This record gives sequence, C-alpha cells and structure tokens, in this order.
Amino acid sequence: MIVNKDTIAQLAKENRRLDNRSLTEFRSPIEIETNISWTAEGSAKVRIGETVVMAGVKLSIEKPYNDTPDEGGIMVNAELTPLSSPEYEPGPPGMKAIELARVTDRGIREAKAIDMKKLCIIPGEKAWFVIVDIITINDAGNLFDAAGLATLTALKSAKYPVVDKETGAIDYKQKTDIPLPLTKEPLPITVYKINGSLLVDPTSEEEKTYDARLTVASDSDGTISALQKGGNMPLTIDELSKMLDIALEKSNFLREELNKALNV
Amino acid sequence: MSKIIVEERSIVIPGEILAEGMDFLPGDNTFRENNQIYSKVLGLANISGRVIKITPLSGPYVPKAGDKIIGKVTDIAFSGWRVDTATAYSAMLNVKDATSRFIRKEEDLSKILAIGDYIVVMITNVTSQNLIDLTMKEPGLHKISGGRIININSQKVPRVIGKKGSMISLIKQNTGCDITVGQNGLIWLKGSPDGEFLAEKAIKLIENKSHQEGLTEKIEQFLEKNKVNN
Repeated sequence: MIVNKDTIAQLAKENRRLDNRSLTEFRSPIEIETNISWTAEGSAKVRIGETVVMAGVKLSIEKPYNDTPDEGGIMVNAELTPLSSPEYEPGPPGMKAIELARVTDRGIREAKAIDMKKLCIIPGEKAWFVIVDIITINDAGNLFDAAGLATLTALKSAKYPVVDKETGAIDYKQKTDIPLPLTKEPLPITVYKINGSLLVDPTSEEEKTYDARLTVASDSDGTISALQKGGNMPLTIDELSKMLDIALEKSNFLREELNKALNV
Repeated sequence: MSKIIVEERSIVIPGEILAEGMDFLPGDNTFRENNQIYSKVLGLANISGRVIKITPLSGPYVPKAGDKIIGKVTDIAFSGWRVDTATAYSAMLNVKDATSRFIRKEEDLSKILAIGDYIVVMITNVTSQNLIDLTMKEPGLHKISGGRIININSQKVPRVIGKKGSMISLIKQNTGCDITVGQNGLIWLKGSPDGEFLAEKAIKLIENKSHQEGLTEKIEQFLEKNKVNN
C-alpha cells in the first residue's frame, strides 16, 4: 500500500512504527511448537506475530559426495505456499523462495552447526543426509527469521529413525532416541533499514518499503556464520556495525525464547 | 404446524433449518425448500414478525451503485484508470469522471492519478456484466495522501459506521483522526500516529466483536481507557 508506505517511512524517521512497536521489538506472541508431524524425523511450527512457518526434517541414507567421502550433507528447501499470501503463486520456486532456502541453509551450514563427519556411516558409501523443508503457512512479514527459527527447532527435535541391521533398510515408523549431532545453534536475524532507521521483525507492509536489509546468522557465543544483504540501497560501515549489534542481541533473545519453549 | 427453530441472534450455518411451515417467509440470505426455510450463509438469525433473515458474518463485498468505496489504481488506460476495488469485478474510472479540469489530448494521465494511488470514489453504475463505473466528482471524493489504510471484512462496515454514523464519530472524537470508511471494507485513517494506532485498534475490536450486544459501550470504554494512558 502506497499510502502506508509513505507513513511507514515518515514514522521510521521518528523511530516509530505503524503498530506502535519500538524499532527493535519483535511482535508477540512468539510461539514455538515441536513434533507437529509424525512422518518427519523432526518438525517445528513457529509463530512470530501473525507469521506462521513450519519446518520438517527428513533423514535418509545416501552415498556421500565424492569430494567429502567421510561426511553427510544437508539440503534446505523452502516453499512459499499460495495460502500464505496473495502474492505467491503455485509452481516452481521463485527468487524469494530460493533466497529464503539458501539464506537458511547458509546459516546452518557455515556455522558448522551439524557435525557432518558424525553423519557418515561407511566412508565413501553411506552417510546420513539431512533434508529440511520449510513451508510458509502465513506470511505477515519476516519470513527469514521465522524460517531460521523453525529450521533450528526442527533440527533440535529430530531423532534418527530405526535402521535394520541386516538389510540396512530404514524403518521410518520407528524412531530412536538419538538426536542429530548439533554442535551450535545459529539463528538468523534480519535487520531492515527504512528511511535511515534500523528495525527488526518487519510486517509485510514494512517489507515493501525497506531501503536495505541484512540477514545475520550468529550462534550463542556471538560468532557470525553468514550474512545476506538485500535491497537497492547501500549501507555505510557505521550502519553495518549497528545492524550486527542489533542482530546479535536479537538472536540471543530468540534463542532464549526457543529454550523456554523447548523446556516446557 | 409452523414453528421457528432458531433463536433470535443465534449463529447459523449454511443449510441450517431456520423454520418449518408456510407461516414464515424467507428474507435476505435464506431460501425455502419444500416446507422448510434454510440459511444460505454463515450469520446471525434475525426474526422480524413473520420474516426470517440472516445478517451475514462474512462474505465478499457486492458492488452497488451509490456506494462510496476506496480503490487502488492498478492501470492507466486510454481514457481512464482501472481500479482495484477489492471486489471480484473490474472497475473503470473515466477521465471525465475524475476531474472537472479540461484534459488535453496528449496529457500524461499519470500526473493526475498514478498506478498505486488510493482514491475515494463512488460507484455510479454496475452493469449486468458486473463491470463497475466509478466517479470522483461528487463532494467528499478525492485522492488519498498520507495516513494509513486498513482492511476489514466488508460485512462489518455497517457496524463500524454505527447507527447514523454514531460509532465512527465516537472514534473520530476520541482519536482526533479523519476516518473515511469505504463500503468495500477499506478504511482510511489520518491523524497523529498515536491517534491512528488507537483508531485502528478500535476498528479491529469492532470487527471482532460486532455480533455482541452493547458494542458501543465497549468501544467507548476501550477508547476512554486507552486515552488516559496516552
């Protein structure tokens, strides 16, 4: 909406937002639910305000890649379903879906969050591959953060299926108690720049107005594992360091929310 | 034997039997089959004398001549603009209905209304093919600048306006906002950021609680309570 667009930009200059949140405040409620699917090895549903995203983890045994014979792998796929927003059409994934999947993938992969060597069963022959599917249920803005949170939650909740020792066949109907070899907990936070102000957790209207955005994936000790810049406008060094500060702070906030939800 | 099965102001679903016998008449959103009157929509039953009608709780906006609506310019054509009116049908605003000023032949129409502009317009005609003709020349019709636009269920528009505009003037007084309600469920608010936010919340509250009794008092209380906090 163009009318809202001007108003958003104007308000951002005064450090205010359409819904009266402060610039670095996430929407509430933040709800995290695990094991929503019994067919997946791990699954999660995350709600940030009105945005709802589901993620599922499937495990399969494949032949390792030739250049990394003693490692498993991870694949992330995202689908922006037509039910989540009037802007999305059925069909092959578009730019936005591919970016969402790749940014989420990079956050997990480059943090070395999963110990790939432990996924290997027989070097050069058999290794576990982790397949993550992200599905949007409702897009009310900030899909990056919601998808990253859902993916991490699903990975944390995933349990290996039972493997038949003689035939090597996987029985997906039975699960073991062994979780994935997760070593870190990277979470992406996207900081948006609108009219000179930096803000997090945009609504879909704010997402249409932004000048630039930066997705920062960082783990609990503050190590940054991945960055993704979007938008047409440049960022100054000063802005960049401010954005990183906000992202690190907010990723700890989301991680606390995640731990709270998982401990209940 | 004729009898009414549903209670006044109870929620009914499509296909629900409302009454039996020929002593009652089917009103809006109901129909008679054999000896029974059924509901066509999800809504509140309304019994006035012998007539049973349903006030729908949801559903699309059906354009009607004379309605003031808020639309968005989606395309510029040869002699006018195509407007998205949040209906299933296509709407046209002709140049001669947009401005009283003389428009030269080669003039750039996007200088008057650009794609993406929101406008307050009135429906002059809905053809049998459901094409909508619009005008912007009546008083109170104009291009929108600033403020914010929110979207509500068009069936709740009468509740937002209230009896003779009582509800909307209540919100206007308490928030200091200019509010234009389009019959198609788009509402334009303009005022201070706090006022706009409060008005938006009040309107959403009306949308959620429109079927409850004593709505005006509830909104009054809500506005009073939040005003003190500001």
